[in-house]
Parts: sequence; structure tokens; C-alpha cells
Amino acid sequence: MDLIANILIGVIVASTPLVFAALGELVAEKSGVLNLGVEGMMIMGAIAGFATIIGTGNPALALVAAMAGGAVMALLFAILTQTLLANQVASGLALTMFGLGISALWGQGYSGLSAGRFPRLDLPGLSNLPVVGELFFGEDLMVYLSLGAVAGVWWFLNRTRGGLVLRAVGENHDAAHAIGYPVKRIRYLALMFGGAMAGLGGAYLSLVQTPLWAEKMTAGRGWIALALVVFAAWKPWRSLLGAYIFGGVTILQLHAQAFGVSIPAQYLSMLPYLATIIVLVLISRDKLKLQFNAPASLGKVFYAAS
Amino acid sequence: MIYASMTRRGLAAFALAAGTAMAGTAHAADPMKIGFVHVGPIGDGGYTFQHHLSAEAVKKEFGDKVKVTEVENVPEGPDAERVITQLAQDGNKIIFTTSFGFMNPTLKAAAQFPEVKFEHATGFKTADNMANYNIRFYEGRYVVGLLAGKLTKSNTIGYIASFPIPEVVMGINAAYLGAKKANPNVKMKIIWVNTWFDPGKEGDAAKALIDQGADVLMQHTDSAAAVKVAAEKGLWAVGQSSDMAHFAPDNVITSIADNWAPYVVGRVKAAMDGSWKTGSVWQGMKEGAVEIPAINKKVPEDVRKLAETAMADIAAGKLHPFTGPLKKQDGSDWLADGKTAPDGDLLGMGFYVQGIEGELPK
Repeated sequence: MDLIANILIGVIVASTPLVFAALGELVAEKSGVLNLGVEGMMIMGAIAGFATIIGTGNPALALVAAMAGGAVMALLFAILTQTLLANQVASGLALTMFGLGISALWGQGYSGLSAGRFPRLDLPGLSNLPVVGELFFGEDLMVYLSLGAVAGVWWFLNRTRGGLVLRAVGENHDAAHAIGYPVKRIRYLALMFGGAMAGLGGAYLSLVQTPLWAEKMTAGRGWIALALVVFAAWKPWRSLLGAYIFGGVTILQLHAQAFGVSIPAQYLSMLPYLATIIVLVLISRDKLKLQFNAPASLGKVFYAAS
Repeated sequence: MIYASMTRRGLAAFALAAGTAMAGTAHAADPMKIGFVHVGPIGDGGYTFQHHLSAEAVKKEFGDKVKVTEVENVPEGPDAERVITQLAQDGNKIIFTTSFGFMNPTLKAAAQFPEVKFEHATGFKTADNMANYNIRFYEGRYVVGLLAGKLTKSNTIGYIASFPIPEVVMGINAAYLGAKKANPNVKMKIIWVNTWFDPGKEGDAAKALIDQGADVLMQHTDSAAAVKVAAEKGLWAVGQSSDMAHFAPDNVITSIADNWAPYVVGRVKAAMDGSWKTGSVWQGMKEGAVEIPAINKKVPEDVRKLAETAMADIAAGKLHPFTGPLKKQDGSDWLADGKTAPDGDLLGMGFYVQGIEGELPK
């Protein structure tokens, strides 16, 4: 039983960076902007958070710094694509390259250092229950933050006026503009929220999962997060589910190997990507469904004059 | 990934231009240009960092007489050939390509630029102007295997492996034989992560191994993630490629540090005075290429002695980690009693030795 609980804890740890990053990108895409720079924003969050925890030792400040790191990158992207009307795909790719490069530069002095243990939830009587104690009540605080964020985003998008406006902008920016909504300002905010979430996802890697800094340590997770948004058909709970499936398959294949299950490791490593592709194919078969969920203005440039 | 390497190359080119501008006025004699191509980031604190140290050693040794360019994060594949060719066109006289997967690209570039000298690390192909250099990592692996075998309380050692190439398989076998020698009941659990560098995944694998009972971790991947995970659980780990003690001073038994510098400096010198010839070297503890930095003070005295004796014996040529009688995993004979493994067998190693559980991925 302990092993199962431990495996589940491993799944949660492997999935949480993806939960943050995918959720942030989901909000940005819901506002109609495709930001391919998730990887770059994540890595900036990772170094910003790590530098802050080394400098101050304060985990809360480190999280704020990580959000700021990601949000500043997103702001750059917003200026390029919303104000200067640059191509979103090209700008997003550039943002990833820029983030990887600038974080490596910033991180030069940090590569040998290591941070302490990130605070965990500690409820007297609950956190040290056998088997389920650590799993449900003893995770690091960022895990609960990520779950709260998913619930919060779902509530915002589906139950508030602000969420409705954001979705309206993503579906038809001309119409939203015509009835007086500030399309650009909304997209700026959505993008920066996405950046802040990606920053948290990156910081999860450098502060919790492996409390150290190494160049390129996000290792492609930003791209997985992008795929997860499609996988989730732009729904917050499904992005959570997708991230956990992805993390789950990753962790299970590691455990299967340690058990000596003789499936060639390459196939096992392929599984998460295979699962994503299969689901992508399945949901695109149902054309109507995808049309209903994909923001109609996604990736389109908005000219305020029109 | 290609994009990433392009950015880094851009930075390198920029640094090169800035450097040339500064150096231009100071010296009339043209410095010899030397190139390094790395598979990972210099900041990995592991494998690539150690190669970077060899480049630093060249700068220190020859000062203004050389101009060193390092290109990081070069993917193993077509992109590598482009980077190597570019360095040759830029006038680098000797180019070090520091990862197994650069072998064929280096060979192609060597055919294209007969006047440039190429040095490829950890491969097996050579040409008139392409030498091969490698380190007998397995000697270090055997010694840390001894240590791990003595230190494990659960009799289970966890091993995080990258790709099933001979280099890695050899390391697993050597570590297992060392551990077995120290502790006949030892078991080794192996997880292949199919990457050289992904701290998150390496950390996940480390957690999985610990969850399944391993209490000493070893790795053949490049980051310090496994060391950090072991430290969090208060367990032992072995550092890889570079001295990783500073990541977790209480938990790192020791590290296997690659010391490429003596060879690289020697070869640059040879290229300068015209005595450079192609060749293939495989240096070990004898030449100081495999270093085991200070063993943790918390390791009991007798265990440390055991490791130190083994190191001295290996350096003196009295002990070879692969000494018969040894059988392969499937029970077939490999080495007869008292025979040591020929280098050829090691360099093409594609099997586990008897006693290791699980199947070697193909």
C-alpha cells in the first residue's frame, strides 16, 4: 500500500509543473492568443524562483518572483503580438529561444547551488496518517496551489462576468470590440496570467521536484503543456486530468522498469506522447466538438480599426 | 532544440567577435584557434562541465597563444555536422567533439577538412586527421560499486541509466561486479530514462527506485537531480561526471569525475609543435583520467580502505574490474578464470553480466 501511495505521490510531483503551465496557456488561448513561448516562460520562472530562494530563503517570495519572471516574458510577447501586431507563432518560438538563452545567462552563478526543502502541508493528526497521510495531506504547498488554481480558473471562466468577456474576446474579437470591450487589455492580462502560471510550473521544477538549477531544466515540458491544452479541449478540469495522465504514464513506466517488466524502455518512454497523439486524433474526429471548444479567434491578429 | 542551439551559437559567435576585437590590438601573432562542440550546457554541473574544464585548462596553459571557442547544446545529428563544419571553416585548427553521437558527423567533417585535426571523445572511429579519446569510466564505476555494495542496508542499489550504448552497459556491469564483490546479496534495479539530461525525469526515476527499496543511488545521466532526491530522503548517492559533493555534502558517497584536461592539453601542444598524430587512447586511473574525489567522511573507515585499496590496485594494473570467471546474463561463458576482458569486448558491450535482473533494452 505504501508503494502505491508513493507512486501516486510521484505522479503528482511529475504532473504539477504541467498543470500550472497548461492552465496558464489555456487562459491565454481562451482569450484568442496562441503563445508558443511556454517553455521560455517556464524556464524564466524556474531561474527567477531559484535565484530568489537562494538570495532570500523565502519560498513565498520565490513564488512571487517566479510568477513575475514568467509574466514579464509574457508581457514582452503581448507587446510584440498585441501592440506591434507581430506574428504570434514566430513570436512564441522566439520567446522560447530567448527564455532559454537569457535564463542560462542569468543562471550561470547558480548551477552548483541547491535550495532547501520546500514547505509541505502539515496538518496535525492528518498528515502523518499511514498510507494516505502524505498523499492527501502532506504534499508540498504548490500542489494544493495548482489544484486551487484549476478550480479558480474554471470558476472564473464559467461563472463570472469577467470570464464571459474573456471567452467572448477569444471567440470573436471584432464583435467584442464592437460592443466596447477592451480586447487588447484583456489579452494583455490573459497572457500575463498565462506567463505567471508557466513561471510557477518552471519554479516547481527548480524549487520542489529537484531543488537545483540547471540550464534547460524544463526539458520540453512547455511543449507538452501546449499539447495538453488541445488534449483538454480548452477545459480547465480536463487539462488537470491530461497533466495527471501524462505524469502518471511517465512515472508508471519508470516503476515498471524497476519491477523488471521487460517492455523495452523506448516504447514505455514513447507512451505519454503516443497517448497525446491518439487523443488529439480522437477529438479532432468529432469536428463539431472541436469547433465548439476551440476559441474561434485563436491565433488571429486583431486590428482595432476594423 | 535546434532553435535553442542556434541561440547559443549566436551568443558564442557574438562573444567570439567581441573577443577578437579586444585581442586584435594586443598581439601580432595569430593565436591558434581551437574549437569544442558540447552536447549539453556547460552549466550542467556534470559531463559537459568537465569537458568545459578541459577547454579552460587549454586557455590557462597557453594563454594568448590560443583562441578557444565552445559551442554548447549541440544536438547529436545533422545539426552537429553543420556546427563542426562551421568551426572548421572559421579557421579552428583542432576541434574537440565531446559526445558519442558526434562520431559520424566528426568523421564526415574530417574527410572534408584534411588540414584540420579532429578529436572525438568516447567513440571508436578514427581517421588520418581524427583521433579518438576516451576514459575508462568503468574503473571508477567498479570502485563506487564496491562502496555502494557495502553501504546498502536494503541490499538494493538503484541505477539510473541513459541509453543502452556500450559505454553505459559497461558502467552498469562494472558497478554491479563491484557491488557483488563487496556484498554477495546485492541486487541492482535499473531504470532507463532515455535522456542524458532532464533533471525532472532523472529525479522521478530516483524517486521510483527509492520507492522500490533502493537505498543507494547511482546514475549515468548528467544532472545532479538524483543526488538531490537521495539527499531529501537521507540516502546515499554517487555523483556523476563531476564532483557533486557540494549538492548534498552529507549524502554523496563520492563522485566519478572525468578528468579530460591532461589529454586535451597534451594534444593541443602536439598540434602546435607539429607532432600531432591520429590515434585512439583509453585512459584510466593510471593516467589520472578517472578521479574519485574525497570519499564522504561518514563512510566507515574499513569501507573507505576497501575502495582505496581497489583504486591503488587498478592504477597499478593489478586489478581489472572485468576479471574471469564471468558469465553473461543468459548463462553463457564470457571470460575464463583469471582472464581479463579485452578492450574490444568492452567497447562493444551489449549484454549484462550474470546476476543482473531485467532485460537490456535493445
